[in-house]
This record gives sequence, C-alpha cells and structure tokens, in this order.
Amino acid sequence: MSTRLNSGGRLLDKARPVPFSFNGNTFSGFAGDTLASALLANDQLLVGRSFKYHRPRGVVASGVEEPNGLVNMGEGASFEPNQRITTTELFDGLKAESQNHWPSLEFDVGAINSKLARFLPAGFYYKMFMYPRAFWKHVYEPFIRQSAGLGKAPTETDGDSYEHFYHFCDLLIIGGGVAGLQAARTAAKSGARVTVLEQTAHWGGRAVVDGGAVDGQPVTEYVDGLVAELGAMENVTLRTRTMGAGVYDHGYVLGYENLRDHTPDAPGPRHRLWRIRAGHVITATGAIERPLSFAGNDVPGVLLASAIRDYAVNYGVSVGKRTVVVTNNDDGYRTALALLEAGQSVPAILDARDDVEGSSLARRASDSGITVIPGHAVAKVKGGKRVEGVSVCRQNGSGDVVQEIACEAIAMSGGWSPVVHLWSHCGGKLTWDAEQACFRPDPERAPTGDAGQSFVTVAGAANGNFELADILEDADAAARTAAKAIGHTIRKSKSPKAEREEVAPLAPVWLMPANAGIELRSKAWLDYQNDVKVSDIQLAAQEGFESVEHAKRYTTLGMATDQGKLSNINGLAILSDALDRPIPQTGTTTFRPPYTPISMGAIGGEARGDVFQPLRRTPMHDWHDDHGADWEPVGHWRRPYAFVRDGERVKDAVYREVSNTRENLGLLDASTLGKLIVKGPDAPKFLDMMYTNMMSTLKPGKCRYGLMCSENGFLIDDGVVARIDEDTFLCHTTTGGAERIHQHMEEWLQTEWWDWQVYVANVTEQYAQVAVVGPNARKVLEKLGGMDVSKEALGFMEWADGEIGGFKARVYRISFSGELSYEIAVDAGHGLAFWEALMDAGKEFGVMPYGTECLHIMRAEKGFIMIGDETDGTVIPQDLGLSWAISKKKEDFLGKRAQERRHMADPKRWKLVGLETLSGAVIPDGAYAIGSGKNANGQKNVIGRVTSTYYSPTLDMGIAMGLVLEGPDRMGEVIEFPGTEGATFKARIVDPVFYDREGEKQNV
Amino acid sequence: MSDPVTALNGATFNAGIASVAEVPLQGMITLRGDLSAAAIQKAATVTIPGDMPTAGRARIEGENGVAWMSPDEALVLCPYADVSAVLEKMQKTLGNSRALAVDVSDARASFRISGPHAREVLAKLCPVDLSPAVFTSGMFRRTRMAQVPAAIWLSDTDCLQVISFRSQAQYVFDLLVVAAQPGSSVDLY
Amino acid sequence: MLILTCPVCGVTAEETEFHGGGEAHLKRHGPGSSDENFEEYLFMRENPRGVHFERWRHVYGCGKWFHAARCTTTLEVFGTYPAQTYEPPKDLLAKISKKRPGWAWRDLA
Repeated sequence: MSTRLNSGGRLLDKARPVPFSFNGNTFSGFAGDTLASALLANDQLLVGRSFKYHRPRGVVASGVEEPNGLVNMGEGASFEPNQRITTTELFDGLKAESQNHWPSLEFDVGAINSKLARFLPAGFYYKMFMYPRAFWKHVYEPFIRQSAGLGKAPTETDGDSYEHFYHFCDLLIIGGGVAGLQAARTAAKSGARVTVLEQTAHWGGRAVVDGGAVDGQPVTEYVDGLVAELGAMENVTLRTRTMGAGVYDHGYVLGYENLRDHTPDAPGPRHRLWRIRAGHVITATGAIERPLSFAGNDVPGVLLASAIRDYAVNYGVSVGKRTVVVTNNDDGYRTALALLEAGQSVPAILDARDDVEGSSLARRASDSGITVIPGHAVAKVKGGKRVEGVSVCRQNGSGDVVQEIACEAIAMSGGWSPVVHLWSHCGGKLTWDAEQACFRPDPERAPTGDAGQSFVTVAGAANGNFELADILEDADAAARTAAKAIGHTIRKSKSPKAEREEVAPLAPVWLMPANAGIELRSKAWLDYQNDVKVSDIQLAAQEGFESVEHAKRYTTLGMATDQGKLSNINGLAILSDALDRPIPQTGTTTFRPPYTPISMGAIGGEARGDVFQPLRRTPMHDWHDDHGADWEPVGHWRRPYAFVRDGERVKDAVYREVSNTRENLGLLDASTLGKLIVKGPDAPKFLDMMYTNMMSTLKPGKCRYGLMCSENGFLIDDGVVARIDEDTFLCHTTTGGAERIHQHMEEWLQTEWWDWQVYVANVTEQYAQVAVVGPNARKVLEKLGGMDVSKEALGFMEWADGEIGGFKARVYRISFSGELSYEIAVDAGHGLAFWEALMDAGKEFGVMPYGTECLHIMRAEKGFIMIGDETDGTVIPQDLGLSWAISKKKEDFLGKRAQERRHMADPKRWKLVGLETLSGAVIPDGAYAIGSGKNANGQKNVIGRVTSTYYSPTLDMGIAMGLVLEGPDRMGEVIEFPGTEGATFKARIVDPVFYDREGEKQNV
Repeated sequence: MSDPVTALNGATFNAGIASVAEVPLQGMITLRGDLSAAAIQKAATVTIPGDMPTAGRARIEGENGVAWMSPDEALVLCPYADVSAVLEKMQKTLGNSRALAVDVSDARASFRISGPHAREVLAKLCPVDLSPAVFTSGMFRRTRMAQVPAAIWLSDTDCLQVISFRSQAQYVFDLLVVAAQPGSSVDLY
Repeated sequence: MLILTCPVCGVTAEETEFHGGGEAHLKRHGPGSSDENFEEYLFMRENPRGVHFERWRHVYGCGKWFHAARCTTTLEVFGTYPAQTYEPPKDLLAKISKKRPGWAWRDLA
C-alpha cells in the first residue's frame, strides 16, 4: 500500500495537518502536500478512469506531465474540471472528485469498453460511425456526446477575478531550477534587469531531490544561497507559481501566475497573466522522464522513477513498500537508492542494458545489496487496480517469463526528454541527440526577434545536459550568450564545480521486450489519457498514416490535456520503427503554447462583467436610465431605443413617442453624432474631395447635407456640414462614424495630400447635443429665451451661436424627422442641466423624450436613408436616388472614378423605392422580393430586398424602403416578398417619401 | 447657467491597493499646428511659459501645463474657468499662423491614481513599462488602457494621472477599481 | 506579437497600439485614369514571402501613419519611416540588400 513515511518530506510542515475531501471521503494531508502526494499518503492509488476504455488509473508523475490525475475541483462558482492533482497544492477544505467514471471510481460500467478494446482500435471513430447512415442521429451521436470530455462542465459563472500585468525586462529566465537560478545570478551581475519564473511553489527543480554537491556544498544549500543572493538584488525579479506559458514573436512571453488556487478564501484575483516583453529569453525548463512501454504499464502503482523519488524525498510518501525499478539508463538507480534511504525495499532493478559496468550509480546500488538484473525487462505487470508484481523477461526476447517478483510499485525510467516546448513555440528548431535518444534545441536555428537576432537561449537539462556539473556549466554559458545579446558584459569568473558521476550510456528502448507480440503490445500504453497503445500507432502506420501529424490525429496520441508530454517521443519512436526509418526523419509534432492549460479567466483578464467592453455614455445617460430607457447598442454607445413607461410595452412607447413628436414636442439625445472640426485655407478643397457634394460653395452660417464615399465608390457616411467661417467647417457624422471618419480624413491628409493646409479635430464629446423636435419646438426655445430662433433669424438649414435659457449654445436648424427641428449643442458638462431645463420648460408643450426607434420611424416616413440600413458597403449614392447630392461640376472626389466603372453605372442595379403593403402589414426585415423565372440553381429569381421596414403610427400602416430592380421605373407595380412559414407580403412600389412630400412641416 | 459637472461627479475608490479619484474639471485645449514654428510654440506654452516639451514629454504644474501629443499637436492645460480667456490669448499669439485651437475640456475625463501601488494598477491595463527606472517624471505617454485610448503621466511620486474620453469615463473608472482591488498587489516596483 | 517603433513620435510599443493599413507606396489613380490603372490602384496588392513595405498607424499614440519594411516570414522589421514620401529611404534599402541579398518588391530591389 502507499503510505506516509516517518522520514523525508522536505516540503511538508508536519505540524499543520490539512483536511480535504476526495469523492466525498475526508482525508488528511500536511501543509506543503500536493493533492497527489496527500492521496498517495492515504493509500488512494486509484485516481481516475481512462478516457476510452475506462481503465483504472493511478498517478504516474509528480508534475505538469501527469496524464491521469485529473479531477473536478471545487463546487458552484469555483468549480473547475480537469485540474491536475500533481500540481494542485493542498489547502484546508479542498474538495475534489475523480472524473470519467459511472457510477463510481471503484466500479465503473464503462470499463466494459476495455473488454471491447479489439473493436475500438485506432481511428475507430472514422470506421465505426459511418454506416448505417440512419444510426448517426439516434445511436452514434448520443453515444459520442455521452462519452466526450473528461470532467464536467461548470454550471455557474466563474466567481473569481483575473488580471493581466505588463512586464518588461532585459532577460527573462523561464525555470527556477538550478540551471535557471545559476544563469540568473551570472547574468544579473551585468546589471541587466532579470526576471525568473518558476512554475511550482519551490526553487531548485530536480537538483534538490536528486542531490549532489556543488563546490563541496550540498546542492540544496547551494540553491538556497542562490535564491537568497538573487532575492537581494535590485535588478532581479523572482516569481514562483508562475509558469512560462508561451514564447511569441519579438520577445513576447506569457507568464501564468497562480495567486489563489492554494488559498481560495484570500481576497484578490485568482490568476494573473503576465504579458512580458523581454530583450532575451533563457529557457531553463528542465526535462521530463519518459515512461517505458511494457504490458500493463498503466496499472496503478507503475510510476515514473523520478516521481517515486519526488514523493519519497519531497513529501515523505512511499508508493509501495516493495518497488521494482525498471530502467534503460543510470538515473533510475537514483530512485532505488532514495527508496533504500527512506527505509523501503527494492527487490530488483531490471536494467534493459546488457552492460552497466561503467555506471557509478549501478555500483552503488549493488554495493547497497540491491539485485541488479542487466539485460532484462518487464514482460507484464501483475494486478488490476494496483500492482501486485512483475513478470520478468529478457529485453531482447519476445517476452518469455524467466522470473516473477512480487511488489507493490514499479519505478520506470525510459530516459529523459528535454522540455523544448518554449524553445519551439516561436520557431526554434530541434536536433536529434542519438546518444541520449532525445530531441534537443539546435542553437543554430533559434527563434529570431524584431531585428532578426536570436532571442532564445537554452540552459541545463532543457538543453540536453542531465548531469549537475554539465548543467551548471551550461547555465553559465547561456547567461553569457544572453548578456551579450542584450548588450551587457559579464566579467570572467569561475563556474561552480559539481561532482561528476561515471555514467554508462543509455540504451534506447521503445518497446519492452524488444520483440513483444501483439498480446503484450496491445497492453503497452503510450498515451495514458487518450488510451493510445503501441499497437494503435503500429496500426496507423500500417494503414498509411506515415506523417507524424497524421498519425497523431488518427490515433489521438498527444491530443489530451497533457499534450503528449509523456507520450510524444515514445509514440514517434514506435512510428519510426514501424515505418523503418530513423526518428529524426519522422520528426515531432508541433509544440504550441500554452505549455500547460491556462484558465480562460486569465486569458480574459479584467475584461468581464461591467468592463467586458467599454460602453460609451452621453452626459444624459443616467437620466435616460432613470426614465425607462430601453437601451440599444450603437457602436460602443448605448442609446435609448425608447423611454418605456410603467405598464407600457416597448413598441407602444415607440408609437407614443412618434405621435407626440409629430403633434407636440420631442427631445432626442443626439450627443453621439460625430462632430469634426475641419480648419485651414485648404479646408474647402479638402471637403470637396471628402464629400460627393460641393462643400466649398457653402456659405458661412449655412448647413448642407453631405455624402461620403470610399475610393470604391460605396457610400460610407452621411451628415450635415456647417460652415463656421471662411476656413472652418463642422462636419457631423453618424453615431458609429465619428472615429472612423476622423481617421479617414487624417489618413488622406497624412498619406496623400500632406502638403494641404488643413487640421482636423474630433470634438464629438465636447458637446451634448439635443434635437428639439415638433410643432412646439420653437415655443419651448422662445420660452427659455436668449436668442432669436424665428424663421427669419434662423432659417431652415442655418445655424447660429447664442444663448438659450442661460446656456451657451450652438443651434442648427436641421431636421431628420420632417418636423420643425433644432439641434442644439452645449458643452458636455452642462448637457444634463440643459436637457432638464428643456424637459421642464417643455411640460406645457407636451414634451416627451424619444429614442432611436422613434427617430428611425420618423426618418423612414420621410424617406431619409440611414447608413447601415439602406447601405451595406455595396451601395452607391446613385442607388439611393441621391444623385442630387453628387456634384457634376467637381473634377474629383473620393469615389468618383469608381462610380464611373461599368458595373456601377449599370441600369440593372437595384434602386431605392418605397413599399406599401396591400394589407397594411409590416414586411419582415431583410425580406427578398421574388420575380419570375429561376436562376441556374433552380431557385426563384430575386428582384429586390427590404432595407428598412416599420409600422408607421402616423399613417397606421406598414411602410418600407427597399432596393428593387428597375424600381423607380415600376411605380405602382405590386411585388411579392415571401416571409416565413408560408406567408407572402404583397407590396406596391411607391415613392419613398410617405409623409409631407412638400416639406411644409419642417420649413415653418 | 448651471455649474458644469464632470462625467462621474468626482467618483472615488479608496478600498484597494491604490486610491482612484476622478479629477475635477480641467481646462484642456487641443492645439494643432507645426510645433517647430515659434508662434505655435509660444501659443502652446501660453499657460506655462518656457520651452515647448520634446516628443513624449509634458510640463505640467498644478492646473497649467502643456503636453507634446504629436509633431503637430499639443495639449494645453489651464484652469477650467479660464479656457475662453486662454483661447483668446492663444489666438492672438497665433496671429495668422496656420493652426487650430479648440476647447476639449468637456470631451475628457481625468483620474488620479495614488499610493505605493499606483504604478502597478496602471501596469495591469497599459502595455507600457511603468517601472520607476523607466517611467519618470516629465514623461507623457499616449497609450492603450485595456480597450480604450488614454494618456498618462506621473504628477508626483506615487501619483499617476490619466486622461480618457468623457464617454468612456465610467469604463475607465471601473477598470481602475478592478485593477486596484484588494489583495491584487504585484509587489514588483 | 510585433513591436514597432513609430518614426513620428519615437515610441517603441507593442502591436496592439498600432493598426495595420495594408501595402505602402500605392499611387492614386482618380477620374480620367484608365480601367487598368484604376484596377491596379484599387485591387492589385503584393503578397510577398519575404521583404514587404506596409503602412501602419500609431492609433493609440500620436495618431500618425508611417511605413514599415518587414519580412513576412521571419517578421524581422528592417525599419520604419514617415508616410510623407513616395519611396523608402536609401539607407533602409541598403540595409535590406545587406540582410536579404537579391530581394525584390515591385520595382524596388
């Protein structure tokens, strides 16, 4: 059984017991435990079921590479699935549940899949679910949906907060093991700003577990000394619990800091995403031990040798009283020696190598009384839900059992793979190290930065150096390379010296035993999480999936949440062997960020809830909110769609607002309309280029409605231009257009006509603007007093500066409703007070505020177009009957040349008309009109579409505008618009102006 | 005429790792013109006599000051009540120079972030190196604050000031409150 | 994510403070131009593997347009320069020739 030892546990505080629950059972661990070590200490070997076959699975690793130990963590608003127990720090009250089992972890119905394994081979999705076709909807899809995914989806909104942090440094070091720390100290002496990220809560990485001595000092003390020295340096930033998640272009790196997962009740954000820009990056990301592929290597109790060592040394946990070590390299012996030191027994070390003579570690093991059996391997693991023993065979045979050894745990070591992920993210290339049977970074093909320079250097085990002495030397060299790259110099100094082991070379072992038959191969797991076995990869190769990327997708190897940290190299070695080609020729799949999964919350950062996106508010926003505004998004603005009274439906409010504005007095908050000041001696010439109209002839004091087109000829914006003086204009844009049109003007001024004397300023937000509309508009202004707003003093399409009710104001007599209308701009700081003054003074005249829908209906009744309704980026002014606003005299304006193109001048272009339904009903928005005949696809020909459609309370009928083939020539004709559910709307083509064609009401 | 109001009526937040306060109305004038011309420089510095600041810098003392915005744009600061008078003075100084001077006081919102963690609060929102060694007094940085434009400068030790658009004032304030939430100090600077 | 230096205000900032604006050095063809010239102006764009000249705007900073010479495969930025010009500066062209011998882009080389 797995249990807590009396000795060991360097990370534990045994004075602080920590209660937690797993699958509803209460357990106890210590402060400093991970959830994995605490479960092992409580003999909870079984932690989950595999994805496909629902096989019982236990912890395999002790870090981020763990494929099996995934749990549903927490509950309610802090629930999260797929949390890795080997990296989850234990805290008081932690609640976890294992995944992918029903009804229970111990007894799982889905385990029947394991018996059906021979019917569920690689690619079975593609093979099984093809036929019969009818099965898809009712049999296959429900089955797949039921089986898909590991953890449960959260049901509540995430209750935590998250944030980003922008950080800058000269040198970023990813990895706080001995290599990273050593490199940091060496580089920091140059004065460079150095930041070191360590993904766990502790410094020192593997070295502090594996032991050794540096300059005669135990490595643990050496690491403590490095951390203390770095911590005292002003130019060094040290962050634990912060993973280097990804390396991107131009020295951009994402760091993922875990702030609250281990103290969930503390205030503050849960995760922080560091958005780092570094001059140079050192990846000191260590290495990951490879499992060995033998039958039954997934039985709970079979762990990586390094993990068994970690649990014993760091957490004082023994996975089993008797542990058999199986290895192809020297490192496995360290585990045997560590277990012996912890008082556990190691009945045998099975070493796949025939010759271990040169190994000092092997000699030490023999000297300690451990039976070392060279040339041998595991034929098969005995046991189901936990290891009971191993059958031993010769490595170079086919699995004939020579011996059986009873044991509770198996420590496997297949050699080490450098963590090359971060090197590879931004294009760093790899080279195959045949001696150590691993891919390592090729320094000649490094990721390059903004000036074409290499910006990543690798140090330590990540660079393929697995002995402490080599790691320290390599770290110093990396620090020097990095310092040079960022223009810093390091004075020469001696690198620290570590003791060296005598090493016997590793023997590449990809399958155990070498000639294992199908029986054994189909029980030898490569990818634990996605249930991919040696036999699956071989089948994929046999079926023609020769590219490693194809084999990956066909078998799902490396596609689980661990992204193949344990399985990739073993898998591609098997693939290479099956295809009889060298491993480097097979290559690796692509390493993509993040290194391990990061929370969606961290990616979003602060952008959630109220600050998900910026909402723009006018000075009267809160007043509208207090008076029943039903909000409508317009760009980032929120505008009242209607002001809804108690007991009123929204559409009734809209109709009331229309009727009241036409009969009495309405107020519209028009502050969102863009206002651009264009000034300079060349301003008239410039606006003649910007607008289709002639603006240079506009007289000061007057207003003109103008159209703007892109160089493609398409209509992009419209609005009223007021000439302030000889060289100053104020251009109104649409609500969504202010910034866009401002930039449009700046673009032409800066990049095409940079010698023209024109300046543009966006003053949209300087003003609160109120449209005072209706037959009583003049009366309310006269009541407030201050300036002459009579027809004589301020005619239609004129503007004047003055005072109204004591407010400094600019008044434009323009109308988008067809009524007598004034648009009045006051400084935004006075906007609310001005609005309230109008509401107050307007009481006796029947004033009501109105919203955007009322505005839309009134403009549609008048046949005024709306950018975004009548236009969609493919419509030219000529389509909309606006030829009157296109100057014939001007030689040039933006869009003029494009409007001369053949397609633009085609008489068959759809053109704007009004539409009156015969029944009075409202045509659905966006409906298409059908004509006679069919097109090449056998569909009915379409001859037009609706662009705006409303119920008109003024006329008590449905009115619409639309673009119709030869529309203006077909006045009076009736065309058909199919609706939904078989309905058809018949509409008569009419003039788009439905109301007050002569304009008598606005010009009073 | 009523008393003018800021976008958020002087909202404050003091319960976090830094204090956030909306600043009272501040006079602001956008001046467009060739900043290398003497008359333009003179108009730009009308409220704070002296040299025109160079690229990316500002001279601000109390409510008066001038900030370099681009080679042909300066932001002139003055007390809110003085805007008309300052504009008039600027126009006189400009004479026939090709320039545009326009009141934008009401188009902006300003915030003050103060306390030992003030830099960190902004470093959570702006892609700018705000470490004390790099972001120093006299710098004036136009940048992105989460999803909106902003301009920031150091008005005092441990005190940063931000200018945003008025319509985005609530968003900017809410951002600052989230970034200054209790328990969120980075302890970096 | 790129870093770019705005040649107008001198600020070096990350890509999110800028906005890309397509190919640089286009020549405008207006009324009176041939269909071929107008088509070229409106629609025909370079899409090179390697050296490219493009427009950027410092949208969250000084608001100015500028040009950049950049390698589309390695993302190396050879240099940036103000937009008020019809061609890249000579020293920049020399620098590119040194780093990418034999390069060509439209009628530049």
